[in-house]
Order: sequence, then structure tokens, then C-alpha cells
Amino acid sequence: MSTIPRDSAGLGRTGTLGDRMAVPGVTDIRTPVPTIYGDWTARFGDAWKTQVEQLRAKFGDAIEEVRMPGDAPTDVPIVYVKKALITEVLRFAKDEAGFEYAFLADLTAIDEGVDAAPRFEVVYNLFSMSRKWRIRFKCRVPDGEEVPTAVDVWTGANWAEREVWDMFGIRFTGHPDLRRVLMDERWVGHPLRKDYPLKGYQVFTTPMEVDLKVLED
Amino acid sequence: MASVIHELSGPPKPGQTSDNYTVLHDPDDLWDDARVIVNIGPTHPAMHGALRTVAKLNGETIEKSYSEFGYTHRAKEKLGENRTYHQFIVYTDRLNYCSALINNVTYAMAVERLMGVEVPPRAIWIRMICCELARVIDHLICVGINAVDLGAFSFFLYGFHQREEAYTLIEKLCGARLTTSYTRIGGLMYDAPEGWEKEVKEWAKRTRTVIDEMNKLLTTNRIWLDRTVGVGVFNKEQCMAYSWSGPAARAAGIDHDLRRDAPTMYYKDVEFDVPIGKNGDVFDRYLIRLEEIRQSLNLVSQCADRLKPGPIWSEDKRCRIPDKSVVYNSMEGMIHHFKFFMEGFEVPEGEAYTMFEGANGEIGFYIVSKGSPRSHRMRIRGPSVWHFQGLDPMVKGSKIGDLVAALGSINVIAGELDR
Repeated sequence: MSTIPRDSAGLGRTGTLGDRMAVPGVTDIRTPVPTIYGDWTARFGDAWKTQVEQLRAKFGDAIEEVRMPGDAPTDVPIVYVKKALITEVLRFAKDEAGFEYAFLADLTAIDEGVDAAPRFEVVYNLFSMSRKWRIRFKCRVPDGEEVPTAVDVWTGANWAEREVWDMFGIRFTGHPDLRRVLMDERWVGHPLRKDYPLKGYQVFTTPMEVDLKVLED
Repeated sequence: MASVIHELSGPPKPGQTSDNYTVLHDPDDLWDDARVIVNIGPTHPAMHGALRTVAKLNGETIEKSYSEFGYTHRAKEKLGENRTYHQFIVYTDRLNYCSALINNVTYAMAVERLMGVEVPPRAIWIRMICCELARVIDHLICVGINAVDLGAFSFFLYGFHQREEAYTLIEKLCGARLTTSYTRIGGLMYDAPEGWEKEVKEWAKRTRTVIDEMNKLLTTNRIWLDRTVGVGVFNKEQCMAYSWSGPAARAAGIDHDLRRDAPTMYYKDVEFDVPIGKNGDVFDRYLIRLEEIRQSLNLVSQCADRLKPGPIWSEDKRCRIPDKSVVYNSMEGMIHHFKFFMEGFEVPEGEAYTMFEGANGEIGFYIVSKGSPRSHRMRIRGPSVWHFQGLDPMVKGSKIGDLVAALGSINVIAGELDR
């Protein structure tokens, strides 16, 4: 969390203007910002600790880093996994008793910036229908490298991974049908990368043809 | 020259020619090997929005199909990284435009969670009424359009009358009917006018009788039953594999509702039932939606009863837009206003996935903030993407006409699908 002194105009800029703007009776927001991330920690904090210990015991070095809600600004634990083992970890989290994260709430990616190394993070937001808790797995991916697919674990990860390929240019090893999903197949570049311009229009004058190969058995 | 066909003795032989045609295939195999590729959409009245499905048919049976979307892709996630948190509110309207208020509320909750802003109770109760109004509207559209697709037009008109009245209630709140942009970070744009909650309750009462009439009109109709029972079946395991949520998953027997299981706002303090289906077919989804409308109408009345006068916006000066009296009468207020709109407010570093039970399923905003007025990553999890992905496995092996019924029942909204 940022410790920069914030001015009371609420803009977070340092300066003297805010001192003159202080209004009696209004909370001074330069005091540390209270977060309501903790709304789930009280309910699931112990379960999460046990789960993280189990993961570390089972996968050892493959668990690179764990960020717990109390220590880092996050709502649920973030478990960083080495990308080679991500499928195994996801399957374990899905099937193992005490985890039961059977519902893939979301699969997406984050571009940390052109200069960041490794540049991308692939994010798996999981939810447990039976226990009502959530967790987030991430794996760090350098530009140009592939991630093992999660389609074997959840069939529905198919389109989400296609979207990650479409938007970020991260390929998934073992994916059955890795085509673009939102953009045209002839599109150049990946729009959600930080170095892709906001108005990076590309115009096609002909429609995309029906892909008969997809319809073959 | 239709008479030519009748003059033929027996089926035509390969190579046999007529004035109009040459027979190319072996006619005995016509329904076994001959396949027709049918392209439905992106502009087709039976497709809900700009969607496209290409199906390989054997006779009328779908052997394999694939679906495409993205025709109305507006790069909302990219815009989320290039607009301030306040500016992005209007973009959330255009996700699921049938229930824009739910998107507004969920987005506001997501940012408030990152900032640690407490919203005053009156704002939360109004937000809950808004969410349930939007849910009723969305369900009325879904069941209505689903019935229109299958030929039951008058059913749709019953629902649309109530829908228009609900939009009038929303118009009284914020001046807009469809794209509301009603919530603000930390509160609401305007307070509800005097007597609004009374009107809401009257509307809920009227709508309840209309729902009963709709139920009588269609639920036991022979044609409707024939077209929906056992059609578009998606069972529990498939729903979990494809991450289905909301009414479509509940129709298959998944006992899951985020309003009950991960309660936000004041959903802990109100009473409602979660209807669960059994077969996961089009008919079950229809029944679930009808029952959810009734539950939402109860919720609306409960919330309206508990609406007390009070502030509708958090006092937190980071996110509250200064009053016009302050803006026009003091230099500091003017600067505050200017900086709020020109630079935006900063959200502390952190990340959170905030979800809410939308009308179609789990709507989620995964926001990663690096401490600037613009988000680092704004991921929108729309339920329609995951539902639409299940369409092809769902209709495999069924008739082409059932595709329309199945698509209508999962209520895919293109705005949310394409983002």
C-alpha cells in the first residue's frame, strides 16, 4: 500500500493545497486507507493457511510465492506457480478434499509492461461451490513462451485461453484449437498489450470465410 | 418446374439430368452423406445480437457447429486501462444492456472495495432495489424473447408492458431508461424522488399478478412444452466444466446463488428463496426465471420497506464529486472539481476480484491497481461468454430449430459477450 501523503482533495498528489482545503468534520484521508479486503479473511483465513501449507508440501519449489490477504493488498490468497506445473496444481486444487475449487470463475492475463521481466502473468480465479471460498493462482510468463493448457481440467477454459492468446499473444501448449476469438484471424498484434496503441485500428474489406476445417470431425 | 420431380419414376440416378438440375450424389445416400453447411448470423433475427453460428447439418440434425462472436468488440478492457475510474462507469452500462444497473453497482462495489470506501445505508438499499429491478427486466426479456423465437408473441407483450413500467421507475431515479450510469464510486448520482419506494411497491404488486397471468398463458401450453422440454439439455457436470452460473446453472441443479453464498450489500438481511431446477433443459430455465422474478419482486418490496432517509453518498472526499454550491463559490471547491474530472482520483495499490449475482450469472470485475487514477488491468468477467461457449456442445445432435430455443434460453447478450 502506498504511503505517499495524500492531499485532502482526494487526488493523491503531494502538495500544500490540501492543507488549506481541510474541512472540519470530514475524515482526513491522509491517514492510512482502511481496506475492506478483510471481509473474507475472517471467514476463510485458517482454511487458506492450511491449503497453502498443503500446496507447499505437495509441490515444493513449484510454489514460487504466496501472497496472503493480511500481508499484501489482495482480497484472496495469490499463489504463484511455476508454469510447467500449473496444470497439475489446478487439477489438485479442483479435486483434492479440503480444496474443492471446482469452478473456474475466470481465466485471464496481465501485461506488467514492456520492460517487466517476466512480462506476463496468467491468472486463474477459482471458486469452491461447496465451501464458498476463493483463491487465485498465477503463473509468470516471459514474452514468447507458452503455458500448459487448462482445457484438460476445465473444458470451458478453451475460449478463455483463446482470448488470452488473442489479446496478449500468450500461447497455450496442448490447446485443441488456438484461434483468435474476438479479433479477426488476420489481425496483426495483440490489443491488450501495453505497447499496443489505444486507437490501433485495422480495416478489413472482406469478411472472414467460413472455416470448414473446424467442422470436420 | 416442380412437376418434373413427380414425373420421375423412382429416385434420380447419379448423372441423370433434368432441365433444372444434375444429380451429383447417390440419392440413396442423400440423408447419410450429403451435408449442408448453414451459416446463421451475424445479422439474423433469431440470433440475439451479432452472433454467428455455423452448423453442419445432416438433414435437420446438427452434427457439428461452431460459434463466433466479437462483432461488437469495443475493447472495454483496454478502455478501462485508459480511462479514470469515474469515466469508466458509463462503459459498464453497455456490457449487459438489459440489466445495466447491475453492472453499474458491481463496478462501483469493485472500486469501493479497493479504496475501502463505506457506502451509506440508503444508497445500498436503493442499489439493491435497482439490482432487483434490473433482474426482473432481464428475466422478462429473456423468457419473452425465448417465447417469441418459438412463436408465442402475446406472452412477450405481457412482459414488455411491465418492463416499460420498470424503466419508467428507473427513469425517475436517474433520467435514463436503458443506459443508466446511475452509481458513483461511493454512492449514487441522485437520490430517489419522494414517494418512489411506494411506486416501486405498487409496481411489484401489479407485476406479480402479470407474472401469474404469464404463467397461466404459457407454462402448460402444449406447443411450448413440445418445443422446450428435453431441449437444449446441459447437465450439472457440463455446467461445471463450462463454468456456467446463474439461472442456467441452477436449472441444471447447481445450488449456487452469490446473493446468498457470498452476500454483499444487505442481502443477508432480506429473505428470498433460490429456485433449483432438475433437468437443465430450456423449460427448466424458463421456470427458474419465472420463479426468480417472483423472488425479486418480493425483494424489491422488502427493500422498499426498509428505505430510510439519509445520505446517498460517502463523505470520503477522494471519490465524492463536490457539490455545485462549493464548486461555484470557493476556489478550493473549483480546484477539487477540476482535478476530479481532469485527473481522476487515485486508487491504492492492490487487486481484487469482485463479483455479484447478475441476471444471467456471475458478473465480475477483476481490477489490478498500481496506485494511479487509471487501472493497470480491468478484467470484466461476463457470464455470457461462458454460456455461449456451451451452446455448441449443447445443441450437438439436436434439430436446427432447437438451436434457436437453446440460444434464447441462455440469454446471451452481445454487449457483455464482446465487451
